[in-house]
Amino acid sequence: MIEFDRVSVTYHRATEPVLSGVTLAIPEGELCLVIGRTGAGKSTLLRAVNGLVPHFTGGTLAGRVRVAGRDTRDHPPRELADVVGVVGQDPESGFVTDVVEDELAYTMESLGLPADVMRRRVEDTLDLLGLAELRARPLATLSAGQQQRVAIGSVLTAHPRVLVLDEPTSALDPPAAEEVLAALQRLVHDLGLTVLLAEHRLERVVQYADRVVYLPGAGRPVEVGTPAAVLRTAPVYPPVVGLGRLAGWDPLPLSVRDARRVAGPLRDRLAGRQPPAADGPAAGSRTAGRGWTPGTRGTRGTAGGSGTARTSGTSGTSGNIAEVRGLVAGYGELVALRRVDLTLPQGEIVALMGRNGAGKSTLLACLVGLLRPRAGSVAVAGRAPYGRRRLPLRDVGLVPRQPGDLLYAESVAAELAGAGSSARARGAAGARGAAGAEAAAGHFAALAPGVPPETHPRDLSEGQRLALALAVVLAADPALLLLDEPTRGLDYTAKRRLVGVLRERAATGTAILLATHDVELAAEAAHRVVVLAEGEVVADGPSRDVVTHSPAFAPQVAKILAPQPWLTVSDVERALGRDGGGP
Amino acid sequence: MPRQLHPGAWWLWAVGLGTAASRTTNPLLLALVAAVAGYVVAARRPDAPWARAYSAFVKIGLAVIAIRVVLQAVVGAELPGHELLRLPRADLPGWLAGIRVGGPVTAEELATAAYDGLRLAVLLACLGAANALANPSRLLKAVPGALYELGVAVVVAMSFAPQAVTAVGRVRAARKLRGRPDRGLRGLRGLLLPVLETALERSIALAASMDSRGYGRRAAVPARARRATAALTAAGLLGICAGTYGLLDSSATAGVTSGAATLLGLPVLVAGVLLAGLGLALGGRRVTRSRYRPDPWDVPEWLVAAAGVTVAAVFVVLGGDPALHPSTAPLVPPPLPLAFAAATLVGLLPAVVAPALPRLQLAAP
Repeated sequence: MIEFDRVSVTYHRATEPVLSGVTLAIPEGELCLVIGRTGAGKSTLLRAVNGLVPHFTGGTLAGRVRVAGRDTRDHPPRELADVVGVVGQDPESGFVTDVVEDELAYTMESLGLPADVMRRRVEDTLDLLGLAELRARPLATLSAGQQQRVAIGSVLTAHPRVLVLDEPTSALDPPAAEEVLAALQRLVHDLGLTVLLAEHRLERVVQYADRVVYLPGAGRPVEVGTPAAVLRTAPVYPPVVGLGRLAGWDPLPLSVRDARRVAGPLRDRLAGRQPPAADGPAAGSRTAGRGWTPGTRGTRGTAGGSGTARTSGTSGTSGNIAEVRGLVAGYGELVALRRVDLTLPQGEIVALMGRNGAGKSTLLACLVGLLRPRAGSVAVAGRAPYGRRRLPLRDVGLVPRQPGDLLYAESVAAELAGAGSSARARGAAGARGAAGAEAAAGHFAALAPGVPPETHPRDLSEGQRLALALAVVLAADPALLLLDEPTRGLDYTAKRRLVGVLRERAATGTAILLATHDVELAAEAAHRVVVLAEGEVVADGPSRDVVTHSPAFAPQVAKILAPQPWLTVSDVERALGRDGGGP
Repeated sequence: MPRQLHPGAWWLWAVGLGTAASRTTNPLLLALVAAVAGYVVAARRPDAPWARAYSAFVKIGLAVIAIRVVLQAVVGAELPGHELLRLPRADLPGWLAGIRVGGPVTAEELATAAYDGLRLAVLLACLGAANALANPSRLLKAVPGALYELGVAVVVAMSFAPQAVTAVGRVRAARKLRGRPDRGLRGLRGLLLPVLETALERSIALAASMDSRGYGRRAAVPARARRATAALTAAGLLGICAGTYGLLDSSATAGVTSGAATLLGLPVLVAGVLLAGLGLALGGRRVTRSRYRPDPWDVPEWLVAAAGVTVAAVFVVLGGDPALHPSTAPLVPPPLPLAFAAATLVGLLPAVVAPALPRLQLAAP
């Protein structure tokens, strides 16, 4: 169905090809997953399928790409619209009309299908993707998950034979992602659709894939094979595969179900052992007064690269950096938060979870002072963050969902230097600016090594951009660090680095709150998990308790080893390693 | 059955009322036209963002009257008559002799200005009524295939505005998060660039999406036919412009009776419409698109359009009637010509014949 014959792609003014010598054939009816590190050329490969590369993006494509017998050399994307449906990374930016129903019909209108066919297909697609109640809604009012489903529906109505999806679930909460993937599964099985998709969140998709294409990047040849074969050696793999590799399971299980069926012996070996409890200052207990001394704040200074100890009234009571009491907040008529209580103690990493629209971002906006609460109180470092001329950036820093928003210098180096100067502009001591810039550069190097300093922020990959934004925010050395969906578009390596940096900050006393859909990240990094639903806190407790009690939020390892309370592969690894006998 | 009326019908109706308003300066008739338009809007306006346009248009209209009257009082040409007050007169140098500033203000003068302003305001109200009643995106769906690409450009531009607002909010928040000014001149500079950048990135993503979804697929048409299409359409549009001008602008034909102007304008208009229609039909052959759920043109549409056309026709055909232009010098109370008033009331018909709107058109999120 899709044939790549010795395809190489070199973008304009690039010295290295993004793809080189890619040869693969994807037969009809297959669900093929493209994996690889950030920047390995996944998007380029996907966009080459319908000719967007090179017809639209420019650059040179050597070799031949054929879809359903049509060569993309002679067929521009619009002539392939009836056989290939493409859904990009950001569905909202691809919408042409303004209402759900019209958007679903748009491709069919372009193809000139008769009115009765269009009518029927729109109704079918509304049902297939569960969009029937949204049919008359303006697209701008939909949630991210709904928008993603509309975007998929809008190409499905043309009945393409190939569906190409670039990170279809990375913006979605676990239930919405399940919904989208279930719909895809149905399309593959019932309609024989050929699906090619790239996704960083392998734990969500790998069990559905018939075949995996691994792009190692840097000019090395692609690997194509069954998921179990490719994932045995690939550097990107989901936790279930990590556990399988650790335990030496063969064949490698790809789903929780397969893994559970072979996990009996491992559970027996782990029986009686306790997960390593103390890998964080909070580690399950968040009783008042835990291990906080004024000296802790002083050590933050050296770790953060700034020489001055924090003397402002950050102590609050009992070591809580932030206290939220009875918070009610919203936009216009929408009430996003209803009487939320939350405390964020020093040195604790808290994961804020909940479905799209549950109020996570609103809570972050209140904590950072961008939004004034309607009722209740918010105190960060003992003071209300809102209603001042400038945000109290030394108390609290936020990395927004689109980290690129924070960046506006011409190069990475200028951005890092600017981070120092804005730290100084905030009224800190003169020496602080330079130190802030140095600290920012240090954080950036730790998060995204090997980026040339003259790179324009726009040319950075998603993960590198997050790293730069985080480094810039950390330059101000905030007592409370907030991150909104930090793992969108991050590969596993970048995620590990992020977890490393967050832990390091927490160890020096920073309180960290991360809003995320990524259950694996929450299991790996967070000491505590808070779940929001409909603007209310529905669960608040140690990660181990909260995530293992909810199937939607449980990480794969927890599901495989339940009822034993293991959360991550590294937990298991350490427990087995401590025992002396490796797997 | 509750449904949305074809937007073209609403526009024909509104243009009909507007045509009538443009043919008279009689304040009673003008007020009647405005009342008719307002009543229909109140009866058949959907609950949608674009439907709020009406009040904005009315406010602009009121401002137009006020500005027109004030300007007349201060710098307008003098009309002898009942002096109401005397403004201090500014002495201008000789080379500005034609312009008067200040001086006596007469009732005749103000009445002329008010009548004029009112006519413009009522025209605006008719335009506002069309905007409030007809869904703009559905109207664009109804444009001929040959103009489709133009329509898409407009749709994209319309969707850009709300997105720009969101982008401004995001960028401002981000600037606050960096401790940079988000207001004032410096804030504006820091705001504009990222917002434009976002807009550019979005348009590139949109173009890629539209390309992948078959935008711009065309049937093969010989070059000669394409050129003929272009020529026909251009000539047709010119004809429509010239004809409309002749038909509506009675002051352009000062000295000639209105009937003569109509006779001059009408054939040109008809010829223009025919030519443009031919061009669009030819151009449409290149386009392979089809339409999803086009609005039907049914009995209610005919009735609504006919109501508008009837009002316009009466005012145009009987355009010579002096009651349409009551005298302001000498200032007399304007008469209410019953024939015209009755004709205007025909414009109320849509409030009854247009189908009721479906409930829950645009459910709130």
